[in-house]
Amino acid sequence: MSGAALTGPAPGVWRVFLRSPSAVVALIVFSGFCAIALLAPWITLQNPYDLAQVDIMDSLLPPGSESWTGMPYYLGTDGQGRDMLSAMIYGIRISLLVGVVSGLIALLVGTIVGLVAAYRGGWVDNLLMRIVDLQLSFPTILVALILVVILGRGVDKIIFALVVVQWAYFARTVRGVALVESAREYVDAARGLKLGHLRILFLHILPNCLPTMLVVATMQMAAAISLEATLSFLGLGLPPTRPSLGLLIANGFDYLQSGRYWISVLPGLVLLAIIVSANVLGDRLRDTLNPHLS
Amino acid sequence: MTEFIVKRHLQALLVLVVMTLLVFFGVNVIGNPVYIFASSECDQPCLDAIIKDLGLDLPIWEQYLVFVGNLLEGDLGNSFTHGVPAMSLILERLPATLELAFCALVIALFVGLPLGVAAGLRPNAFSSKIIMGFSMLAFSVPIFWIGLIMIIVFSVTLGWMPAVGRGDTVSVFGVDLSLFTLDGLHHLAMPAITLSLIMMAMVIRLTRAGMREVLFADYIKFARANGIRERRILGFHVMRNILIPIVTVLGMEFGGVIAFAVVVESIFSWPGVGKMLIDAIAVLDRPLIVAYLLFVVIMFVLLNLVIDILYSLLDPRVRLGGNSS
Repeated sequence: MSGAALTGPAPGVWRVFLRSPSAVVALIVFSGFCAIALLAPWITLQNPYDLAQVDIMDSLLPPGSESWTGMPYYLGTDGQGRDMLSAMIYGIRISLLVGVVSGLIALLVGTIVGLVAAYRGGWVDNLLMRIVDLQLSFPTILVALILVVILGRGVDKIIFALVVVQWAYFARTVRGVALVESAREYVDAARGLKLGHLRILFLHILPNCLPTMLVVATMQMAAAISLEATLSFLGLGLPPTRPSLGLLIANGFDYLQSGRYWISVLPGLVLLAIIVSANVLGDRLRDTLNPHLS
Repeated sequence: MTEFIVKRHLQALLVLVVMTLLVFFGVNVIGNPVYIFASSECDQPCLDAIIKDLGLDLPIWEQYLVFVGNLLEGDLGNSFTHGVPAMSLILERLPATLELAFCALVIALFVGLPLGVAAGLRPNAFSSKIIMGFSMLAFSVPIFWIGLIMIIVFSVTLGWMPAVGRGDTVSVFGVDLSLFTLDGLHHLAMPAITLSLIMMAMVIRLTRAGMREVLFADYIKFARANGIRERRILGFHVMRNILIPIVTVLGMEFGGVIAFAVVVESIFSWPGVGKMLIDAIAVLDRPLIVAYLLFVVIMFVLLNLVIDILYSLLDPRVRLGGNSS
């Protein structure tokens, strides 16, 4: 039973998924960025954060320039003479890392809360869902802003803030699906067999919640990347030593008025492509896996 | 009904207490404001004097009690950098932010509603797909990026729009507003449109969803059977029913708008409370940061409270079904 659920809700999901051209493009774009993020140290021409490799004399060169050693700057350089292409590849790495890690932790926390609430019911359910309601009544940007102002800058801190704003979405969704699943016959059957609570929860109910969780996780990851970029742009998110795409855009903002558009615009385009492709993927996953989720 | 209102008030109070604790203890863990005041020649006795002057020598829980006591009197302390009460700084900057948020709200409604109605009337038309695609983009793309592109296109390249500041203001009942001068509107346009996009996306979605639901309701069929003109059905019968959830959500999202105003104000150098917060963070002006956070939280909790109570008055299902989630 659980095995069947793990391989997907129905045969041919892939084929249905691939029927949408925009979803295929989004999948290619998104996997491309993931590959770039993973391979960053091996495919960049320089390590933009190794000061020995960066030459301040090469600062603010437009795209297509060359360094005096003949190294090409395909996308130009920024105010510190960093190769924009390399800086962006590292930026993708950091942005995706923050988005994925915070998404996974929030998924874990939210799933456990949602499952427990749905399975236990009663006052536990009531209490947990009240907390979720309260959390969701605050706009995410507001909570995240307050948290990063209090916590300060840092990779761990921004991940913590993103987890805090995201877990409630997962908890509510998982609880909803788990409630429906708990009422199904196979759960009654498992209870009749006197299987343990944990076993029923994690081996029987959880696998059937996976498709929904996947959809929410994709959407939330896009939202997390966007939120991190926004906070970093304000100078509140990641420290300058770990420049994500948002921070790169912020760095270029100062040069915008003088017409040096590439420092800001190029990382912005990449950010846009990541977020939009993740959203299109999530939309398509929702349509193929779970047409009831709204 | 009374029970619901009392319970809702208690809940709001609880949230406020939790938030003041979180904000106060959180902010007091970061940074050391003493060094802002101390000159480089300041020795230990001089440092101690500053600490005593700021009340930082008391245990932290005592500082908190003093803080809450002052808060109840409307005193949030003096800004470290400006040397004036933080509250007066916020009140001074607030009109600019509210003006921006209000304009964004109006733009979102006046553009979003017609688009949502169009998308709801013919959900499969090509134009509807474009509208929904636009709403997805506006919802998911970070707004600082949209603001940036606007500056590049309209300010740097075309030179049509000013990129920074608020322009000329006129005093209306003692409050400076740029809404009523040509130069002010010129400055207001780009930030307001940028800030409106998220709400606009939300209005489009809600209107479309509402249209899909209400158009098939019995009372609309009866209205049609009665021969009421389509224009009146849409403008009166349908609109009245879809506006309630839209207004509610917009009211609840107002806190989010104020938070997003921080982003927009930073990009366009709009002199509102959001820009003030970012400047305060840069110099670790603790009283100002605390005052801003508390101000936003209190405003948000009160707004939510009012909306919940209004909503329960309008729709009895809310208060009757509240516990059966």
